[in-house]
Amino acid sequence: MILLAKRIIPCLDVDKGRVVKGIHFKDIRDAGDPVELAKHYSNDCADELVFLDITASEEHRATMVEVVKSVARAIDIPFTVGGGIRSMDDARAILLAGADKVSVNTAAVKNPSLITELKDVFGKQCVVVAIDAKRSIRDGDGEREMESKRKRERGEIFYEVYIYGGKRPTGMDAVEWARRVESLGAGELLLTSIDKDGTKDGYDLELTAQVCKAVNIPVIASGGAGGPEHMLALFRETGADAALAASIFHYGEYTVRDVKRYLKDNGVEVRIC
Amino acid sequence: MSKIAIFDYGAGNIFSIKVAFERLCADVEVIRSMDNLDLYKALILPGVGNFDPAMKSIMPYKDRLLEAIDSGMPMLGICLGMEMLFERSEEGTLPGLSILAGEVVMLPRSVKIPHMGWNRLRIDASSSNSSVLLNGIEDGTWMYFVHSYHARPRDGRVVSARSEYGVEFPAVIEHGNIFGTQFHPEKSGSDGMHMLTNFLNHIKR
Repeated sequence: MILLAKRIIPCLDVDKGRVVKGIHFKDIRDAGDPVELAKHYSNDCADELVFLDITASEEHRATMVEVVKSVARAIDIPFTVGGGIRSMDDARAILLAGADKVSVNTAAVKNPSLITELKDVFGKQCVVVAIDAKRSIRDGDGEREMESKRKRERGEIFYEVYIYGGKRPTGMDAVEWARRVESLGAGELLLTSIDKDGTKDGYDLELTAQVCKAVNIPVIASGGAGGPEHMLALFRETGADAALAASIFHYGEYTVRDVKRYLKDNGVEVRIC
Repeated sequence: MSKIAIFDYGAGNIFSIKVAFERLCADVEVIRSMDNLDLYKALILPGVGNFDPAMKSIMPYKDRLLEAIDSGMPMLGICLGMEMLFERSEEGTLPGLSILAGEVVMLPRSVKIPHMGWNRLRIDASSSNSSVLLNGIEDGTWMYFVHSYHARPRDGRVVSARSEYGVEFPAVIEHGNIFGTQFHPEKSGSDGMHMLTNFLNHIKR
């Protein structure tokens, strides 16, 4: 029996070197400081952190490298950096600054060989491919719900890969894409349900289960976390290795420790610290 | 003579291990040559890269390294840095440092490779008393692993903790002044930092 701990991963959005989304903790003086927050979550028993650089403009790109260096100095758990990594040079800068993994999304769709190059140079343990997926119907849109249901039964609903931060559909099937990125050298998947993101009514269990069955690399599920019970459902009903969440932690609704205690009490193997 | 040297194979990120020691207020320096090894109090072989390129970068200094070890210099190998202490590895074709007897083999095909994530240490009551690194670390403590190969020492007595991932393998190795961990203490939260502190306390004496 393989018993790696199921991981709980807070995700931080960084814009021009500052964490965005309202965050207020008693132990943090500067709520926008990535280092303060990284320390907070590391002390709260987070297993790993994900930093997503949402900076739109190119000229602030170098800021993220500085953020990564400061975070690496401050914490003693692994962390992944994603957002805006388009080339080997981008990835190298982030990894040499102390990140453990880089996550690629749009760049991987546009240039899948980037995944293989990253694996060859840095090792597959450094390569996370982020997949943003949304429930779609194969042809035609504006279907009524009944229609959709019938189509779904006939298997015509699929999970479509979106790029550019969930703005542009690609026509690609997320499960197929997951298989492909694994064969190209991805070491891990960060799977986000666009439908569920921000809803707080639970992870997309069907999407996650399908992707987990299709690949033999770890899957981090993202989108929809509203409480510990959603993480429990995720780990009970899918093969997910990790649960990512943002707002439930950032707004102080739950601590990572709360979530882990709940999971442990319900028989999920988690790292308690 | 109070500095700790971290040997850089020139093939990966050693920032994390360096800053981990700095957080513990240790005086560390990254070196690319072992010509002046006698200037340092201890040596760290970090855990990044692949077996052959790393061996290639260290081979010119092998005699110098063995001398230092014979003279009692404490050495800590992390992950790949520990694997290099053995005679050979399935990851490469070059010989290892042969400081410890045994070989390094791939994890079983039955499990997801690399073994990446938090896994538990299994510590025998007997070794927890005598171990330097495990002082204050409980059986079942979680550590962060990222590896595809594991050591198979000829002498089981060098193993002070094990972990299991498809197979039971050595997670902590101690033999005189030679120390090794298959996991990354610098990424294992406060328990990992505790083990690095144990190492620092040991070399202070």
